[in-house]
Amino acid sequence: MSKGERATASERLPAIRFNVNGESRIVNAPPMKRLLDVLREDLQLTGTKEGCGEGECGSCSVRMNGELVNSCLVPVLQADGADIQTVEGLALCGELHPLQKAFLEHGGAQCGICTPGMLMAAAQLLEQNPHPGIVQIREALAGNLCRCTGFIRIFESVAAAISPENAGLAKESTSGQLRAEKEQPPHAR
Amino acid sequence: MSTPAKTRVVGAAVPRKEGVEKLTGRACYVDDMEREGMWHGATVRSGIPRGLIRSITFDRRIDWGEFAIVTAADIPGENCIQLIVADQPCLADGKVNHCEEAILLLAHPDKHKLREAVGAVKVEYEPLPAIFTIEESERQDVIVWGADNLLKTFLLEKGDVDSAWARAAHIVEGEYRTGAQEHLYIENQGMIAEYSAKSGVTVWGSLQCPYYVFKALRPVFDLPEDKIRVIQTETGGAFGGKEDYPSIIACHAALLAMKSGHAVKMVYDRMEDLAATTKRHPSRVHHRTALDRDGKLLAMEIDLATDGGAYATLSSTVLSRATLHSTGPYLCPNIRVRATSWATNYIPYGAFRGFGAPQAIFATERHMDEIAATLGIDPVELRRRNFLHVGDTNATEQVMREPVILDQLLDRALKESDYHAKRAQFARDNPNNPVKRGLGIAAFYHGSGFTGSGEVYLNSLAGIDVTPEGKVRVLASNTEFGQGTNTVLTQVAAESLGIDYADVIMASPDTGIVPNSGPTVASRTSMVVGRIIERAASQLLTLLREHAGLGAIYTQAEFLAACDRYRETHGEVVSLCRYEAPPGIVWDDQKYHGEAYGAYAWAVYVAQVAVDTVTYSAEVEDFWAVQEVGRVIHPVMAAGQVEGGIAQGIGYALYEKVVWQDGRMANNQMTNYIMPTAQDVPPIHVYFEQIPFRYGGFGAKGIGELPHDGPAPAILNAIRDATGIAFNAIPLLPEDLYAGLAATEEMAAQ
Repeated sequence: MSKGERATASERLPAIRFNVNGESRIVNAPPMKRLLDVLREDLQLTGTKEGCGEGECGSCSVRMNGELVNSCLVPVLQADGADIQTVEGLALCGELHPLQKAFLEHGGAQCGICTPGMLMAAAQLLEQNPHPGIVQIREALAGNLCRCTGFIRIFESVAAAISPENAGLAKESTSGQLRAEKEQPPHAR
Repeated sequence: MSTPAKTRVVGAAVPRKEGVEKLTGRACYVDDMEREGMWHGATVRSGIPRGLIRSITFDRRIDWGEFAIVTAADIPGENCIQLIVADQPCLADGKVNHCEEAILLLAHPDKHKLREAVGAVKVEYEPLPAIFTIEESERQDVIVWGADNLLKTFLLEKGDVDSAWARAAHIVEGEYRTGAQEHLYIENQGMIAEYSAKSGVTVWGSLQCPYYVFKALRPVFDLPEDKIRVIQTETGGAFGGKEDYPSIIACHAALLAMKSGHAVKMVYDRMEDLAATTKRHPSRVHHRTALDRDGKLLAMEIDLATDGGAYATLSSTVLSRATLHSTGPYLCPNIRVRATSWATNYIPYGAFRGFGAPQAIFATERHMDEIAATLGIDPVELRRRNFLHVGDTNATEQVMREPVILDQLLDRALKESDYHAKRAQFARDNPNNPVKRGLGIAAFYHGSGFTGSGEVYLNSLAGIDVTPEGKVRVLASNTEFGQGTNTVLTQVAAESLGIDYADVIMASPDTGIVPNSGPTVASRTSMVVGRIIERAASQLLTLLREHAGLGAIYTQAEFLAACDRYRETHGEVVSLCRYEAPPGIVWDDQKYHGEAYGAYAWAVYVAQVAVDTVTYSAEVEDFWAVQEVGRVIHPVMAAGQVEGGIAQGIGYALYEKVVWQDGRMANNQMTNYIMPTAQDVPPIHVYFEQIPFRYGGFGAKGIGELPHDGPAPAILNAIRDATGIAFNAIPLLPEDLYAGLAATEEMAAQ
């Protein structure tokens, strides 16, 4: 297929209009194309990663209209008119987001492939609950798999992003404390 | 005991070298890369475990003219993936020996057309009998590899085992089994290749060992060294899974690039990666142990067998490390280890963090608890009575010349976990609670670096250069895949050169740029390559002092000015060093005798578990890890290595089961191959005792693999403590717990 033919084919595709990291974008894409592929291939936002393609690993997590979604499970037509934030939209004007700074300082990223999705899940948590406890941090990140860290330093990073004196929270908690926190009624957390 | 020397950069938690790129999404993994006019590649694979290929037909509904098609006949050189034994074809030629073996390759400009095309290639087979267990392979009724199915065998002997049994007060026997384990790096395997007659083959990809891929490409393309170039892209986890397999994808992508005349990207999706790539070797270990009246080891007879899969790949070296770790950190005068690795018709098993040691140590450390139970001795006390000490010899009669502080590690582990008080409390609480709690312990060592004379044969070359732009670069082929190579090696260089950490970078992991400093495996990077970088730095300072007037005390600017002067007179500023073996390393590869490893890292781990006798779930509630790994170069990353290894070890013990169906992995999805999540990992408490090792980079020993060795036996020992039942196989899933608990209840009822 020549370049000219491809251009014509792409013009025949429906236009999807959405807001990505604060910029309005229009792409012509098959309506069932995965949001993940549109971000990576059409918009060159390759920070969002594919790990499993079936919504298990969370590497492709992005925020869509204030919800955390697995972009491998979202057909792009569902994103029409949506507000989307990817990892590229976390650092503002070159200044790292507090979560990014905390991950850097506390060893929250190792190989880095789960990191963009993990950061988006953590950002979602902090927006909904600015002062989560360790149990809530664990719950919020349970859909994002990391094979390198054993999660401990990710918990610590998220806790540190809330406030530096919080950093020990994840590391120093014991099974007894975890159980006690789990058993507390939610409003008391 | 020496204390670590005072340092500025080594021992400090400096920021990860490539951390900002990873945190902002700018880090470039292979699937993030595009090349001009790039096509996409896919693999047609065997649907049967063993058989002859009778015919290959192409469905006429596909316009095959749009595709590049590669078969074994297109290979310009040898149809073989070079590793240790030249038995594995690059593409099956007339015969397949495992499911998912690559038969034919396709490339097309549109990656979405490939799936249908792969399905439209019909392969007809004449099936041959296949074997799927160590036992079937041992019986040799069906020979699937070589003359006897035996991929490798070792015999290790110390003292006189046969005469020990008569003197023994106790003889304890047990058999232990471990299953396959999938690496489950979150980034699937992938490569991009280009080919031109002028510059030969260039590949970019997700890999651990650029020079392994380099060595595999050469014979397949029959090209000289200057026509092969391998470049590592940012690599999203590896754990051994990207040690040998990347050679296969690199050859495939490069063959397609040659045939199509385009750059070709081959990136596996998760299902293909799980079904087709290597896993940890399953094992079966039989222990027969003689003890005296005081619970001291008199003799250990160990029969260790692994399933190697269809081709030899790394099975011999995995078996070697398993053999050398099979007697644990204990003093025993009489030892015989018979080790064998058997061919089956599964995908070839490969390298995975620990490399045979986790399998061997699972058996030994489970067996120690069975001995303790038989003798009525506390498991802690039994271990303490048998620990190695300085001056003792281990199984290969290597004298422990470096400090051995097992007692100290054990004491710390008991104290931090509050072991004795907790065990007493669980013993009181368990009878009245459907949730039974227990504590389990594992003591172990892990040899750092290549085995025996391996490091001498590797003859690694690494160093430092300073570019005309004033960039100080570490030159090494050791790669970053999360474990911190970039950070640790630049820390070592900055410390040694007396300059800022921020001003030292890693040269691109590109065989066209960096020398061969050996593979990034075997917990060798910090210890072995770190030491070479340290020496290269001090050699560079000497050169600058002798030839460029660098003073005894200098600023960063003076250092760079001296480099400029040196460059003017000598052309380039570069300092390379080769590996130098520590003195007294003598290894007999035939008798398996002598200095098996230059150094050992030591550890004592404690697991606390809760076994729910209603739901049959076992949960690790808390975990304590005390280790001595020499000098800790980066405290945050070192702890991160330990925590990550423990999480993988928990998965190995309780979650991760490869389900085989007629030789195929049936659960090749993240939906049904289950690893521990953020909800499953316990709090992990990590402690380091630091004894600098004088022949390691700034005193470092190996750390990366050690933490995978201990969790599985510690957890199953804790389950034994909680339930009184000896479970001797992993993974231990709820259905296995149910079977064990139900059988015990039945016996009690009779």
